[in-house]
Amino acid sequence: MNLLDRKLFRDLMRLKGQALTIALVVGVGVASYITLRTAWRALGQSRAVYYDHYRFADVFGALKRAPDSVADRVAEVPGVSKVYPRIVKQVLLPMEGLVTPARGEIISLPMHGRPPLNDVLLKAGRLPEPGRGREVLVYEPFAKAHDLTPGSTLPAILNGKLQDLVVVGLALSPEFVFAVDPGTVVVDDERYGPLWMAKDGVAAAFQMEGAFNNLVMKLEPGANEDAVLNAVDSILKPYGGLGAVTREHQMSHLILTGELQQIEILVVFLPVVFLAVAAFLLNVVFSRLVTLQRAQIAIIKALGYENRAVALHYLKMVCVIVFVGSVFGLALGAWMGNAMLDLYAQFFRLPMIRSRVDLPVSINAILASFIAGALGIAIAVRQAVTLPPAEAMRPPSPARYHASVIERLPLIGRVAQTTMMVFREIWRRPVRTLLSSLGIAFAVGIVILGRFGEDAMQPIIDMEFGRKLREDITVNFADAVDDGSLSYIGSLPGVLESEGLRQTPVRMRVGARWRDTVLIGIPGNSQLRRLYDVKARPAHLPHSGVLVTGILAEVLGAEPGDLIDIELKEGDRSTRQVRLTGTVEESFGIQGYMRKRELHRILREGASSNTALLRADPMQEVELQSRLTDIPSVQSIARKRTILDKFEEQTRRTMKVVTFILTLFATAIAIAVVYNNARVSLSMRSRDLATLRVLGFTRGEISAILLGEQAIQVLLGVPIGMVLGNLGAEALVQGQADPEQFRLPLMISQQTYAFAILVILISALVSALLVRRRLDSLDLVAVLKTRE
Amino acid sequence: MSESEEHGVVLAAHDVTKTYRMGDVDVHALRGVNVGLRQGELLVLLGPSGSGKSTLLNILGGLDVPTEGRVMYKERDIAALGDRELTRFRRDHVGFVFQFYNLIPSLTARENVALVTEIAEEPLDPREALELVSLADRMDHFPSQLSGGEQQRVAIARAVAKQPDILLCDEPTGALDVKTGIRVLEVIDEVNRTLGTTTAVITHHAPMASMADRVISLSDGRVYQEHENETKIAPRDLSW
Repeated sequence: MNLLDRKLFRDLMRLKGQALTIALVVGVGVASYITLRTAWRALGQSRAVYYDHYRFADVFGALKRAPDSVADRVAEVPGVSKVYPRIVKQVLLPMEGLVTPARGEIISLPMHGRPPLNDVLLKAGRLPEPGRGREVLVYEPFAKAHDLTPGSTLPAILNGKLQDLVVVGLALSPEFVFAVDPGTVVVDDERYGPLWMAKDGVAAAFQMEGAFNNLVMKLEPGANEDAVLNAVDSILKPYGGLGAVTREHQMSHLILTGELQQIEILVVFLPVVFLAVAAFLLNVVFSRLVTLQRAQIAIIKALGYENRAVALHYLKMVCVIVFVGSVFGLALGAWMGNAMLDLYAQFFRLPMIRSRVDLPVSINAILASFIAGALGIAIAVRQAVTLPPAEAMRPPSPARYHASVIERLPLIGRVAQTTMMVFREIWRRPVRTLLSSLGIAFAVGIVILGRFGEDAMQPIIDMEFGRKLREDITVNFADAVDDGSLSYIGSLPGVLESEGLRQTPVRMRVGARWRDTVLIGIPGNSQLRRLYDVKARPAHLPHSGVLVTGILAEVLGAEPGDLIDIELKEGDRSTRQVRLTGTVEESFGIQGYMRKRELHRILREGASSNTALLRADPMQEVELQSRLTDIPSVQSIARKRTILDKFEEQTRRTMKVVTFILTLFATAIAIAVVYNNARVSLSMRSRDLATLRVLGFTRGEISAILLGEQAIQVLLGVPIGMVLGNLGAEALVQGQADPEQFRLPLMISQQTYAFAILVILISALVSALLVRRRLDSLDLVAVLKTRE
Repeated sequence: MSESEEHGVVLAAHDVTKTYRMGDVDVHALRGVNVGLRQGELLVLLGPSGSGKSTLLNILGGLDVPTEGRVMYKERDIAALGDRELTRFRRDHVGFVFQFYNLIPSLTARENVALVTEIAEEPLDPREALELVSLADRMDHFPSQLSGGEQQRVAIARAVAKQPDILLCDEPTGALDVKTGIRVLEVIDEVNRTLGTTTAVITHHAPMASMADRVISLSDGRVYQEHENETKIAPRDLSW
């Protein structure tokens, strides 16, 4: 080891507190990059490979019923390369131990071979065989939730008839990476799961022989999607086509894409913040180091070392810090990346391709850290290099101070001299103060980012589950039932109140803009379903005319008073013009509302419902649910409380992890900024502070001077951080997958602001106190004996 | 009547020893020193470097504590005080002047003085203190805008502004040229005469002894000589 390296080693040991805190920030930067990139790549690659191997479709269409020959006509549409007609039906699965039966979606498998599109990934057992109508494949997570294995029996209500199915295998599918019951918005493996059965079995159970009701398609590369969708829609229209959609609107794909987009935002933003903070701190610390080592640098140069050697010496020091930080970051990143994938694996069911260490990602992260480090000390090193030896051996000229403009203000002129010392120091280095405050601001902002999601959830829960949906149980029927027979349900023991809703699929169109959506008819005096406008005031349901969700009005470019073309997709499938009377604000989906009677009028039908809302006596709910399950026309039963609990559990669990990690990250910044600034400040002012002690100032009084400066930087950073947090949250909200599916409101609670501020203040205080302890060992006598 | 009251002694060191540990060796800075500062006198502590004079001054001023012995301020042994009381002692009773001035660079001359007057019980007005050292016209200058001599005069103004009982000056002219040094000594002499502040000045420069009421010479951590000047010589007449 040469002598300069020995000096380097000893200098670093002396600077270990500062070096380590900076290394920590570098490490967190590297870790955040690696974590997010690992997760992003693993999810993205796994998705790509999975979609490719299991032939995930490009276009999805649902319809009432069409003969198999219609599929051949669709296959001839230009741009369509492959068509696969299927039967997809809703079933109830009255599982043991569940009060409400679980919901299943049964999907047909071809009679021979594998599905040409949306293939299944067999995890255990085998495919069902044709001619054995009771054999099914079960979605693996659902099977696990109910301890089902090949050979188990599975009770299922197919077309109103309870049957015992036989599980022959467990499977996953690219269609159900994120499997969510469309009515409930939450992943609930216990209560929702797709099943696959040979086509003859499904056809026999649902009287669908020689027909299909679901069509998936692969497009040729470069096909005109809109043209294909239009052509497919017009072919399927006579068969009850509900409007074909591209992959972008397929629920599972949509959610997965949304997650990837959010990671993409963070993967740029987080590491840049951390590395910028690290670079700034290196600049602060090394500028001071070079000042302190002026004489040493002079001697090293006088002894004949070249400028390059001096520059290299300091660069090496930074390299050591960055290296330590990177190693820590790589380890932390690898661990957190895996933890994040584990978390994802709870929601996204796909064969995850995990690479142990992603070499290019790691190299990028380390390289970026070294560049940030080198940039950070560039100015300091330049100072060291350009210092002529003779000048370097003289002490630096005394610090120049000026009275700032602010001091002319009458009040400021009268503050204590010690306070004035703090102000002048800050005034003298406005850029450093500002950058320090910015560092703190980022820390505050990051904590806010980690927590605001939870804030947004509570109003959604309050509004959607508390104020809007007022029923306890929602019952869906396979087809609309006469309101007369609905009164039977209302009279069941345990039902306190009941209402019928009529929902019908429609295409709403204004000019060239259109959306396929659902029109929901609500009784005029509805007690169980309330609508609210954008200001959360109850929205008036017009006698005639339609209300739509704000986002739908936006998509259609429609204003209240405009006429909307409503193309019906059942009954006579005619088009009606209805006036838009207002908008409602909802967090999920796009839909329209009108009076139920009015909806019956445009559908030209009698009073009927396909959904029953029930308020139930909790004491009799179990009994009631089992009676509901026995009704043949019932397609699904959902209990609001269960959905809400699941929703809360799921969002909270994910958000707790995010909050925890980001809070830790932010703490690293706050500690590093305050600790390093305070240490450098102490080094620069120890002489002044010792002088004050000699003059009779107490430790408390001089601590206030040293830490007052830090306190001001922190306090300046807090409001900036609140703004940054807000901006970041806005970016994340904007980056959401599809506002038409789910809208996270931008809402940051006072608790979140308070939490962020508290976390940062405590971190700052702890770091400040660590430095304050050093004031106790200030050598008063030695300081007086030396000239700075 | 005690010995100290008899001679009007304000501050006294009794059998004070001080041992430092520097690295692996013990340094005996003071080896049983007895010194008393009398009310209103100008005392010069003379000695070569390493004689222990600075150590003695620091102990007398409450900046340091002796290894053994007592330091009596009036009836109180300050050697037995803790950090908090020592701080209080310095704040209320002692003014310091150092070789390197130790002004706060971010404060103007007036503010450097005000630093002390803000925490003192019966201070002079900062302007008054600066007038005493003939720097009233430069009071809004920052240290970096003042010459060395001017800076030292500001330091003296700062030390005397709180009207201390004792003024302790450690090589106050050590960093100054002759002419400027004499000007600084004149100011110290004037403060001693006009305000009656008990003053101790330490120096290694023997001719300065002639301006004192009394001279104590230190060597190798011991007092080896003590004498009173029959006639004091004004600083400007010192043979430098």
